[in-house]
Amino acid sequence: MGWIFLAIVVGIGLWLIGSYNRLVALKNETINGWKQIDVQLKRRYDLIPNLVETVKGVMKFEQDTLTKVIEARNKAISVQGVADKAMQENILSGALRQLFALVENYPQLKSNENVSKLQEELVSTENRVGFARQFYNDIATKFNIVLQSFPTNVIAGMFNFKGVELFEVADEAQKQAPKVDLNLK
Amino acid sequence: MNIYEQIAKNRRFTWLVVALFVSLFAFIGYLFDMYYTGIPFFSLIALGAAGFSGFMSFQYGDRMILASSRAVPLDPEDLQQRQWQNVIEEMSIASGLPVPKTYIIDDQDPNAFATGRDPANSSIAVTKGLLDKLNREEQQAVAAHEMSHIRNYDIRLMLIISVLVGAIALIADWSSRSLFRSRRRDSRSGGSAAFILLAIWLVTAVLAPVISHILAMFVSRRREYLADASGAEITRNPLALASALEKIDMAATPTSSGNQGNAHLWISDPKGSSMGLRQGRIADLFATHPPIAGRIAALKEMAYRY
Repeated sequence: MGWIFLAIVVGIGLWLIGSYNRLVALKNETINGWKQIDVQLKRRYDLIPNLVETVKGVMKFEQDTLTKVIEARNKAISVQGVADKAMQENILSGALRQLFALVENYPQLKSNENVSKLQEELVSTENRVGFARQFYNDIATKFNIVLQSFPTNVIAGMFNFKGVELFEVADEAQKQAPKVDLNLK
Repeated sequence: MNIYEQIAKNRRFTWLVVALFVSLFAFIGYLFDMYYTGIPFFSLIALGAAGFSGFMSFQYGDRMILASSRAVPLDPEDLQQRQWQNVIEEMSIASGLPVPKTYIIDDQDPNAFATGRDPANSSIAVTKGLLDKLNREEQQAVAAHEMSHIRNYDIRLMLIISVLVGAIALIADWSSRSLFRSRRRDSRSGGSAAFILLAIWLVTAVLAPVISHILAMFVSRRREYLADASGAEITRNPLALASALEKIDMAATPTSSGNQGNAHLWISDPKGSSMGLRQGRIADLFATHPPIAGRIAALKEMAYRY
């Protein structure tokens, strides 16, 4: 009788340790995933002034767009927290897309090797941010699922594990329905 | 099957291949011992040689394969190659793996392969033709496919197999040369030696192509489908890989840097025997790669999931 009791206690103990360690591992993976996004964002912040500096001379008449890009960059650097950061980053991505679209109108920029190199670096950085976010969101979702599932959620509550926010892609421009002007005047 | 089961399966299979190879060497050594010494002298030498070449292929096999396909490191100053380097780094972020070393092969046929012993020691080689013909998204898809081979430890298994199959081919070559030379010189005194050489030659010369074919069949074909699927999971864009494969298939010229020993490594069969046309035939049974049409169909089906 005593043996059965002991076996049950040991079993529960092992399960406790296993679940706790799984939570710790996932939590750290999530933190690491977030750091990866940060690294890529930093890379983007460093590249943007370079790009603006290079195209400034030729794109004199696009001051508005250039200022918007710089402003969005500075704002994105300063904000903290997953949700706010995600929002500012989305604004910055939009501004950059606009700038790239405008570059297409300037043949001397398109044929400039420095500009194409910078453009490739920025396209790549955009992708890196996107893929780092995808990686982070996958890990974070996994962590949240384990955290909220029974019976692990009991342990999570005991040791005060908190769920993590996802880095949402929600682009303000994409959220709104496209406005079509049917006023044929 | 999930990725951990796949990795475990690849580990087991790698050991099995090494064990088979070592026993083949031991058998050859045993043949020599039977006719010459009576003590296990050659057997031990053969075992040592097998262990040594197995170790060497594990350590330096990737370099041998890269050198044999004339792959050179990328030039970061070249815009096109810089872009490929960026694509690889993007995929390493998406898959959470270390960045592999990157190589380029001066060949107009679009193709690519990955090699190495584990994710931390891996390389991806690509032909110039692939960079010329594929757009950025399609290049991403190919890179993701190769990253999946790295993540699944397919590269280690493939590495061991190509080096060992190459070693068996070498032995076959050596025994056939010494066999026919010794016959010409003195046909009487070298009787028993010639018999052993004949046995070795028969075993290895017949075995080498059969082994490489069977291994290629069992090892490569299902893994290609699997790498397609998990590559699509990395990019979330199966259609890009489908269109990349279409372009690769269309350019059905042989990849001149590919050869019998490393055919199973490439994303598409370097022999370029227009696989789409022979689909469903018996030839298809012995191909190192599944028919591209089948792979494209599977990818298009996946597109509804993302």
